[in-house]
Amino acid sequence: MAPVATPFFFYLLSGLALISGILVITRRNPVHSALALILTLLALAGIYLMLYAPFVAGVQIILYAGGIMVLFLFVIMLVNVGRAEKERQFNKQWLLAIAATVGLGIVFVRVFTSSQTLTELLKRPLAQLPETSNTQQVGFSLYGQYMLAFEIASLLLLVAIVGAVVMAKKRI
Amino acid sequence: MRDYFYSYLKSDATPGAAGNMLWAFIYIMLIFMGLSIAVIAMNWLERKVLAHMQVRLGPMRVGPHGLLQPIADAIKLLIKEDIMPAEADKLVFWMAPLIVVTTAFTTFIVVPFGPQHAVTDMNIGILFMLGVSSLGVLGIVMAGWASNSHYPLIGALRSSAQMVSYEVAMGLAVVSAVLMTSLHGAGIYATGGGSGMGTLSMIEIVRAQQEQQAWFAFKFFPLGLVAMFVFAVAMVAETNRAPFDLPEAESELTAGFHTEYSGFRWSLFFLAEYSAMIAVSSILVTLWLGGWLRPFPNLLAGPAWDLVFSLFPGLTFLALAGLTLFSAARMPKLRYFRVQTIGLAGFGALLGLIGLILFISPVRAWVQDIYWFVAKVAVFMYLYIWYRGTFPRYRFDQLMKVGWKVLLPTGLGVLIVTAIVGVL
Repeated sequence: MAPVATPFFFYLLSGLALISGILVITRRNPVHSALALILTLLALAGIYLMLYAPFVAGVQIILYAGGIMVLFLFVIMLVNVGRAEKERQFNKQWLLAIAATVGLGIVFVRVFTSSQTLTELLKRPLAQLPETSNTQQVGFSLYGQYMLAFEIASLLLLVAIVGAVVMAKKRI
Repeated sequence: MRDYFYSYLKSDATPGAAGNMLWAFIYIMLIFMGLSIAVIAMNWLERKVLAHMQVRLGPMRVGPHGLLQPIADAIKLLIKEDIMPAEADKLVFWMAPLIVVTTAFTTFIVVPFGPQHAVTDMNIGILFMLGVSSLGVLGIVMAGWASNSHYPLIGALRSSAQMVSYEVAMGLAVVSAVLMTSLHGAGIYATGGGSGMGTLSMIEIVRAQQEQQAWFAFKFFPLGLVAMFVFAVAMVAETNRAPFDLPEAESELTAGFHTEYSGFRWSLFFLAEYSAMIAVSSILVTLWLGGWLRPFPNLLAGPAWDLVFSLFPGLTFLALAGLTLFSAARMPKLRYFRVQTIGLAGFGALLGLIGLILFISPVRAWVQDIYWFVAKVAVFMYLYIWYRGTFPRYRFDQLMKVGWKVLLPTGLGVLIVTAIVGVL
């Protein structure tokens, strides 16, 4: 079967992610921002699929688009949207922001134009990952090589959950 | 073109795996059509069965035994005025029903009606189904918020809280079933030592049940059964159906998140709700009840038994035809009922004809997997009606208690014990 990972889809998905990402910060209404953010996350899931990482794409949809964003919307609806719309949308740190953006841009341009890295990238054959075993590969590296880091992260999450409950409840 | 059309029929892969665009399109159309018919049938059946449970007659006026009632309802909804509240958020209000319907239908891409009867087979099949169906909540939340009204907003908040809570229990139950595919595997999964690779693909999950010679509901008794029970409760809550239908509790919230919707948009929500019910029931059937497998595929193997079981689809339709013709014969012998009697007899004859077609040998082989899958799903669709007729609605705190304090610990416990039992 012909591969679906054509440049057309890459430009489509990344364009979608960029446009909706810009919409997230420019919309006045927080609910519209949240909806644009969902579109960004879905476009990212599509890019993961193009990178032959279906498991990561599925988890991205379930956790971010399905779970976290629903909670976001839940909270946004509970707060007073009317007041949030009257508040100033941008703060006065645009000088710093421009400096940071230009700095980051220079780094990107340097990386992509430095002849050595570019030729190296072009010479390297495209990685043909075995698509069927993607989930198993994730499992093996998560519970084999990165066992300790994984367990520490899960412990951190547990502490965060307990902390949230402690902060939310006066009497436990 | 003809060769392209027929070449797929000889292969035994899904259209997606065979890379056949034409047949993939045909399958999508067939699923779309079948779902619409199923929703119409379910609508009629629900009203009739509920009515009979409450010692009423139910719809009787439009067509014999109210058979044409869903069609009359559909026409009414289509020609009804479409109202959009003045203060509503236009774009979001317009998008919400589309998102709900799209997500409900998209899940059916990976539902395996048979080893080759699925649009495509993904290696993250079950994950895809859970993910896409969890996106449906977004549509509900959007609908509730965009209506700019109190009842829909409260309905949407309840709905999102409920669906996020029950998704956790549902996920744990699914994980324990996926775990079973890898434990003490046989056949292509055997990598030595009795345990093999697990899989998330819907078709491979059913194949694993066939190779391990046990539906996962009966594997590691009673662990599979408990996991199935957790899923069966969570799926009723996921689809906002009675007794967990708090988001649309009519005594408190009029109609919940779709209070402000009318006409065609409302019917989209209706369509999505019933398709979602069918989708989650198919997940349950695929994971625990052997999907398209007929009863006892290994115990009662052999050509004789194959023949016997492949006659079931035709016999079912013949039985339905017999029932319909019997009802037609029992219609009152009055001039007023003559048209209805002829119509009912014609419907019975049509069912009988379909039954006879299903006896033809190639058709028989082609449909029997679909028949067993649909029959198993139909049991759960009937259970949905039964729950609605039987159980009183939960209070919201009770709902949360059941989700977080009963189903979640049960699911976790089953998962851990399944892993331990499997490794022992």
